[in-house]
Parts: sequence; C-alpha cells; structure tokens
Amino acid sequence: MKAGSNLERLLKSGQFTITAEFVPPATGDRGLIERQARYFKGHVDAVSVADNMGAVVGTASCAVSKALLDLGLEPIMSLVTRDRNRIALQSDLLGASLLGIRNVFCTTGDHQKFGDHPEALNVYDIDSVQLVNAVRGLSDSGKLLGGAVCDKAGSFFVGAAANPFGDPADLMILRLGQKVRAGADFIQSQPVFDLEKFGHWVQLAREEGLIEKCFILATVMPLRSAREARAINERRRGIEVSKEIIARLEGVPEPEQAREGLRICAEQIQALKEMKGVQGVHIMSAGREEVIPELIKESGLETARARD
Amino acid sequence: MIIAERKPIKELLEMLAGHDRVLLVGCKGCVTVCNAGGVREVGVLASALRIARRRQGRPIEIDEMTLDRQCEPEFISWLEEPLRENGYTAVMSAACSVGPQYIAERFDNVAVMPALNTKFIGGTLEHGVWAEFCRACGNCGIHNFGGLCPITRCSKGLLHGPCAGSSGGKCEVRPEVDCIWHLIYTRMKNLGQVDKLKALKPAKNWSGYWSGGVRRVVREDLTL
Repeated sequence: MKAGSNLERLLKSGQFTITAEFVPPATGDRGLIERQARYFKGHVDAVSVADNMGAVVGTASCAVSKALLDLGLEPIMSLVTRDRNRIALQSDLLGASLLGIRNVFCTTGDHQKFGDHPEALNVYDIDSVQLVNAVRGLSDSGKLLGGAVCDKAGSFFVGAAANPFGDPADLMILRLGQKVRAGADFIQSQPVFDLEKFGHWVQLAREEGLIEKCFILATVMPLRSAREARAINERRRGIEVSKEIIARLEGVPEPEQAREGLRICAEQIQALKEMKGVQGVHIMSAGREEVIPELIKESGLETARARD
Repeated sequence: MIIAERKPIKELLEMLAGHDRVLLVGCKGCVTVCNAGGVREVGVLASALRIARRRQGRPIEIDEMTLDRQCEPEFISWLEEPLRENGYTAVMSAACSVGPQYIAERFDNVAVMPALNTKFIGGTLEHGVWAEFCRACGNCGIHNFGGLCPITRCSKGLLHGPCAGSSGGKCEVRPEVDCIWHLIYTRMKNLGQVDKLKALKPAKNWSGYWSGGVRRVVREDLTL
C-alpha cells in the first residue's frame, strides 16, 4: 500500500469498485454539502470531488473533500492545471495531505471558454501528465518540482483521465502510456456510450502492457432523455452516444426516458463488470446525484462500503 | 510578423472626443504587410474619421504620416517637427503597441492613442486571413514536436498530446482551428519519431516568457 487509501485497498484487492463524481455547487453552506453527501454514503466506494468542473466556479475541491472525509466518505480530490500554477498546485497537495486526503485525480481541465468566466486568464503552467508526475514525486520522495524536499509530504493514490474514443486510437494509447509512466495509479475514462469501442481501447491498452500497471475505471453516465443524448452529441465533442442508445430512449414516452436512461446505465455497469481489464466504474451524474442510489440498486452491485 | 487589426471606428471616435487637431501615424513595418496600418490604411481611416466627425457636427482635422518603422526611436524622431509646428493635441498611432508607447515616452505634451489592437506573432494563411504561430515563450523547442509549436497552437499549451476536446482533427475551443496535436502526431509518424513523443517532458521553464518580468535582449557585441 502506497497511499493507504481505501480506494487503493479496494482496487488492489481486486474488488470491482464504484466511484461517483460530485460537482460541488458554489456555496459556503456545509449543510448543502452534507445533504448531497447522503446520495453517496453507503452507495459508492469513493467520491471524486470536481475542481471547478467545466470552468464553472464551485467550492474548492480540497475543502469539499475534507467535508466528505468528516462525514465518513472516501474523497478523491480533483486538481486541474487550468487555474493554478505549479506553486499553488503543490501547495494544495500538501494541504490535502495535512487534511487526510489520500486520493488525487489530475487533469488539465475544461477550457475556460466553456465556463462561467469565459474572459478569465488561464494558467496551464504544467499539463496533466506533469501534474501526475509532480504528485508522484511528492508522494514517493517528498520532492517538489523545484527540487526541495518536504518533510512528511504524505502519500497519494494518483488518478488521471483517458479518452478511449479519441482519434487516432494509437495516439490515445500513447497518451495513456505517458500518464502511466508519469505515475498514475488509476485511470478514469471519458463517459462510455459505446461498449464495443471501449472494449477495443482496453484491448489496445493491454497489448501495450498498460493494464497491469494501472487500474481502469470506466465512466458511465445515466442519460435523462433522448434530447439530452442528442445534445451531448452536438455539444460535447469527443463523446458520442450511440444510435442504439438514442433509439432505445426514443422508444419510450418522454416522461419515462430518465428511467430508461438509468436502466441502460445499469446494464452498462453490469457489462463493464464482466469486461476483462476493467476494475470498476465511475458514475458521472452531471449534477443529479440523487439518482445514484437507484442506479446502484438497479445494477445489482453492492459496494464494499455497504457491506462493511 | 506582428499581426494587428484596426479598432472599431466607434471606439476610435470615443478616444478622439475633445480633440480637433490630430496626427494619424502609420507604420511601414509588419502592420503594412498585414494591411492594418500602412499608408493606404492610414488614408482610409483618416477619411472615415473625418466623415464621422463631420456627421457628429464637430469636424476634426487629421493629418497623415507614415513612418518607416515605429519600433525604432530614430524614426520616431521624425515626428518632432510636425508635433512642434502644427499644434496637434493628439497622436493616433496605427502601429503595433510599440509605436504609441515610443511616442508617449518621447513627447510630453500630446495625448497618444492606439488605432490598432496588436493581436499576435503570426503569418498569413490566405489573403485576408492570419493566424498565430508563436507565443514568444523565449525558449524554442519545436524540434521536439516535429517543428510545430504546441505551446502556441494548442489552446491549452499541452506538451503531452491532445486533450479530450480534440475531435476530428479540430480544436474544441475554436473548431475552425486544427488540433495541433493531430498535426504533430501525423508529422512525427511520417518522420518515424513517434517514440520521441512518448518521453515525459519536464515542466516548462517559463522564465524566458513574460513570467520572468519585462524581457530584454542585450547583444554586447552591438552595444556602443
């Protein structure tokens, strides 16, 4: 055990693990965070706390992660390189360590053009691969990017993102390899709406010898309606909902589409559980945390936390 | 070259409010090449401003002059006589932002305003279309990327490949722009250098960029 987090323990034990995303609202209200937390507690193994998701201001991932920790949840603190330079990022990591946060998820972050402050100056001092590497260095030897060594920097279980659906496929695998070599322990994929294509990517990763070096969590997203699915295809470049899924949603009356979306998602979770090389799923509920308990129930998976 | 673009007439008129005798100064350097501030553009702009002010019922006198380059103090000194003799209350500079700053530092008693927005270091894509190619980070490493610059031409300046927003070879931030990582990858593949991309790049040294403070180049062999 490197970091000693519960997430690390579960993944290393071979347990199929369920994490979910929490996008903190912009609030200073602890009560609000606590109310949202009840949708995760006892249902998922760890909660990934977004860092100003979509370049929209939300309460700090570090602070919200600590609030979840206080509530007995296992947080994964997200850090994006869009808003902070290497000084601030490393400072936040040390702060997270001090607060008892053991899992970190590193990405570059959505461009600020898509957020609520499109006129903001961005940072991008380092990229996600370099951030993974920085966390690894701090974790393994207490070493900062500048060369200084910190006393008791703490250890982290480090996550990074991967895009199985980008093109060309070999470039996506090359990028996964960079993240693994930089020190990523676990990988969260982009939302999966095409199991076949995702399976192909896992196969390519296996051929490159990357599956043995990291844990793969497939991201799933329950869709609310056929309209939402079409909007994703129109707006979110790089993510595509398959024609089959859209047809299935369209096949039921609109008020029942959210229910059907949940069912589709639960089936995907079951299929992913059987996929070799996939160690768990990450639920992206896009701000609808309340659907998580039902989704877990529908998928027939009990989490380690629920069993404890 | 430096690519610049003329500001909207409305904004220029607001700057000129209260001034009735103005010198409009163009530049025969980069801004002539990118059709923003050469002799011809200065002539067209001066006419447009005169007409607009006449319509506002407050005519303006605008004299025109175009210097060989506004980024050289020697050429800026050509403005001394006209500014002394002709009673201008303002100089509007149609150069990159170096020009108006040189003029402002040199002449105490005259208002200075920019006619152009200085956009970027770039080149011509086709007639009337220019694009950014260099961010002047001060430490060029494009040989590591097949001769193409991800610092400038990736919207996030990524050094390890495309982000998830790259799709169909295009950038999500500006869909009309190629994802530079697709171009880099294709080129490295053709060159048989994909392995070079697999290597981890250390965090970039930004001290040669604006992060290191206002930059200077000193050539000891040329200084007097």
